[in-house]
Amino acid sequence: MADGIKDKVAILGMGCSKFGERWNDNAEDLMVEAFVEALADAGIEKGQIEAAWFGSAIEEQHVGKSAVPLSMALRLPNIPTTRVENYCATGTEAFRGAVYAVASGACDIALALGVEKLKDTGYGGLPQRSRGSVNDLFWANASAPGSFAQLASAYTAKHGVDAGDLKRAMAHVSIKSHDNAVTNPKAHLRNKITEEKVLNAPMIAEPLGLFDCCGVSDGSACAIVTTPEIARALGKTDLITVKALQLAASNGREAQHQSWDGSHFVTTRAAARRAYDEAGITNPREQVSLFEVHDCFSITELVTMEDLFISPEGGAVRDIMDGFYDADGQVPCQIDGGLKCFGHPIAASGLRMIYEMYLQMQGRAGQRQRAGEPTIGLTHNLGGFPHQNVCALTIVGKEGV
Amino acid sequence: MAVGILSFGAYLPRNRLQRSEVASVHGWFNPGLKGLGRGERTIANWDEDSITMALEAARDCLSGHDRSGLAALLMASTSFPFQDRQNAGVVADALNLDSAMLTLDLASSQRAGSSALLAALKMAPAAGGAVLVTAAEKRHTRAASPQEMTYGDGAAAILVGEGEGVARLIGAHTEAVDFVDHFRGEDGKFDYAWEERWVRDEGYNKIAPTAINALLEKTGVAPDSITTFCFPVAARRVAAGLAAKLGLPESSVADNLQANCGEAGAAHPLVMLVAALEKAGPGERILVCGFGQGCDALLFETTGALADLTPRRGVAGHLENGYSDSNYARYLTHNKLIEVERGIRAEVDKITGLSTLYRNRKMAQLMIGGLCTDCGAPQFPKSNICVNPYCDAVGTQEDHPFAEKLAVVNSFTADRLTYSPDPPACYGMINFDGGGRMMADFTDITPDIELKVGMQMRMVFRVKDFDDKRGFRRYFWKAVPVDTGTGETPGKEG
Repeated sequence: MADGIKDKVAILGMGCSKFGERWNDNAEDLMVEAFVEALADAGIEKGQIEAAWFGSAIEEQHVGKSAVPLSMALRLPNIPTTRVENYCATGTEAFRGAVYAVASGACDIALALGVEKLKDTGYGGLPQRSRGSVNDLFWANASAPGSFAQLASAYTAKHGVDAGDLKRAMAHVSIKSHDNAVTNPKAHLRNKITEEKVLNAPMIAEPLGLFDCCGVSDGSACAIVTTPEIARALGKTDLITVKALQLAASNGREAQHQSWDGSHFVTTRAAARRAYDEAGITNPREQVSLFEVHDCFSITELVTMEDLFISPEGGAVRDIMDGFYDADGQVPCQIDGGLKCFGHPIAASGLRMIYEMYLQMQGRAGQRQRAGEPTIGLTHNLGGFPHQNVCALTIVGKEGV
Repeated sequence: MAVGILSFGAYLPRNRLQRSEVASVHGWFNPGLKGLGRGERTIANWDEDSITMALEAARDCLSGHDRSGLAALLMASTSFPFQDRQNAGVVADALNLDSAMLTLDLASSQRAGSSALLAALKMAPAAGGAVLVTAAEKRHTRAASPQEMTYGDGAAAILVGEGEGVARLIGAHTEAVDFVDHFRGEDGKFDYAWEERWVRDEGYNKIAPTAINALLEKTGVAPDSITTFCFPVAARRVAAGLAAKLGLPESSVADNLQANCGEAGAAHPLVMLVAALEKAGPGERILVCGFGQGCDALLFETTGALADLTPRRGVAGHLENGYSDSNYARYLTHNKLIEVERGIRAEVDKITGLSTLYRNRKMAQLMIGGLCTDCGAPQFPKSNICVNPYCDAVGTQEDHPFAEKLAVVNSFTADRLTYSPDPPACYGMINFDGGGRMMADFTDITPDIELKVGMQMRMVFRVKDFDDKRGFRRYFWKAVPVDTGTGETPGKEG
């Protein structure tokens, strides 16, 4: 039985670009912005990095295929560089590659970087694109909001929740994230919104209105990881270590077998069980200090808080309305503003979430610093559609916790 | 050896364009349209064409019939989606018929439908099985043209074979005359028509009587014994005038469906024949004509077997199941009669890999999935490894058709982000009766229909994507509500 990743790898440094409509920057500029910060934070020379993992998802929109764009942008010294792509879990996948490389002993210091340049399509929202020669023959003409919106109809039917109550809870998810982003200089959207505004916004995909959907933006985030021993040898103290890395991919059961009711994520539940086990967490509602979850849509965050076993099944509406996940609540969720306010440059989002946890655990989150010394943070990505997706979970925290 | 009609069916699109809307929009330009501005006409949805409508009519016709052993499938139309790719072949494929059969398109005349029926009846004794005749029409018309008012979209299907069936063929006669009342040339999108009065006086009133008199003479049938006279032209009083002239009873003149359907071109003789058969009792004589570069006349006598047919929608059922569509702008948009800003999202290349399509034909065109022979789980698409998490068997699935299954909605949305020619794009997860599910596009969700979890759906064959760049279109199956809406426009136009 494997003993897992817990405390085997420490974060040496991290960087994150400003997210937003970066009209004047190429993907290369965003990569360098995140990398320069991470390298300075790590306090090492570029030549000390021995391997790199590069995440870019909709590569035809910006850098093209392969990991060469990363190596070129950062002028890496011909080290092993690998490109990964796994829907919205891409950034976390890059992190996973780097962490596993260090844990295996294959290298001492590794880099993970995710970048996405989405704002060159000429329209809002994710790019409309072919799903592949076979899938185009039979897949429904579905967008991301339209797929995730269906969680709401299935959730309402399953739990007997009033559709209006659900809509208000969804609104609070977004209102809370906007409140949090106001003090975050790297967020894309830094304005407060009101319930009235959310509820009266134009419909995107029923019942998701405009403010139930995260923005689309450009951005990049980067992590440099090593072993705790090397980190200490480099003079680092109060290390932030990786506690768990879990991934779960759909196998077609949700899409093709009626045993899934459509109201939750099969993959998130599977990954969460394994992640808590790997991290030694027995009571996540009490033990996890902060969450950054994949709030691509408000309803996604709502059901995810149940799938992560924080709110009881059918109980997220109540927790959300009680302010449980607010910045001053019991366990803040999206204390940095989330996808809602950062936007979702696909391959950067997972690393952006880990970046926030890293800052929070070190007490470096500025005005939005959570009081009471957070010790354990969980990040969550959900890529694809509720009926066929990949879920990635990362738990990081203070060494020894 | 007697030949006759074994079964029949029809399909009329649910949307009924209100002609008053057309007249009010274009009256400034052509005040004459106001005279045609009454009633409603059937209009195909954006994802319908003569192939999809012919298929629906064929499904209606084959209700309660074994689909195996058909000897031939003919399709008649002047609005085939494909010039070179057999349209009848697509219909036969989507019906999951045996490939060992004759398939054939018949085109180029408003008489194509009636001539196809006649040809089928003639080939039936030697065909080695029943022959399915389909006729469908979705013609393009110019905005503000009289044809826009009088045409309708629709289809009919008639199964013929040896024996008397539900209606025995008494006889038939054809006059082939190159009378050009209208035409559509090689590159023409729209019909070019000559003066109606000339068409009436020199066409209908001279060529049709010749054909009908020849038929009556040949068969020795007295004109006053005709129960129903189907003369499928839109012009008013033409059929009644012919009946008077020929000595057919005044009561025999069948409704040309101008008030609530419109004239469905090459399909219209068959649509009217189906409507007549639906109403008929045994021993009735139905005379049906097709007019176009001459005239076909076919005479049938119904039998007692009519009463034994399983219930079907037919013309009457489809006429009842209409939605009063006052959104003329949508009709203009769907038919590309106005240039609408569709946005950059509409620019995605919809190329179809023809090798991909052929390899996946059973899935994409026939809607055949898999049934695990180990655990019995139906699944779509068919796969190598069973999706049932408690089974996981490899290589155990046999072909399992889903097209005729009913399903219920598990989740749904109405999406205004994804590009759809008919926003919002409605789709959702549907669970098939007996197992299996899919994320399916919904169609024909008119504003009077309220989508709900648990609502029952059935599958229809529709255009999935148009590849305008290359002139191709790909088809797939979509879900429509079994219980359709009220037909009334809700308070606010959707």
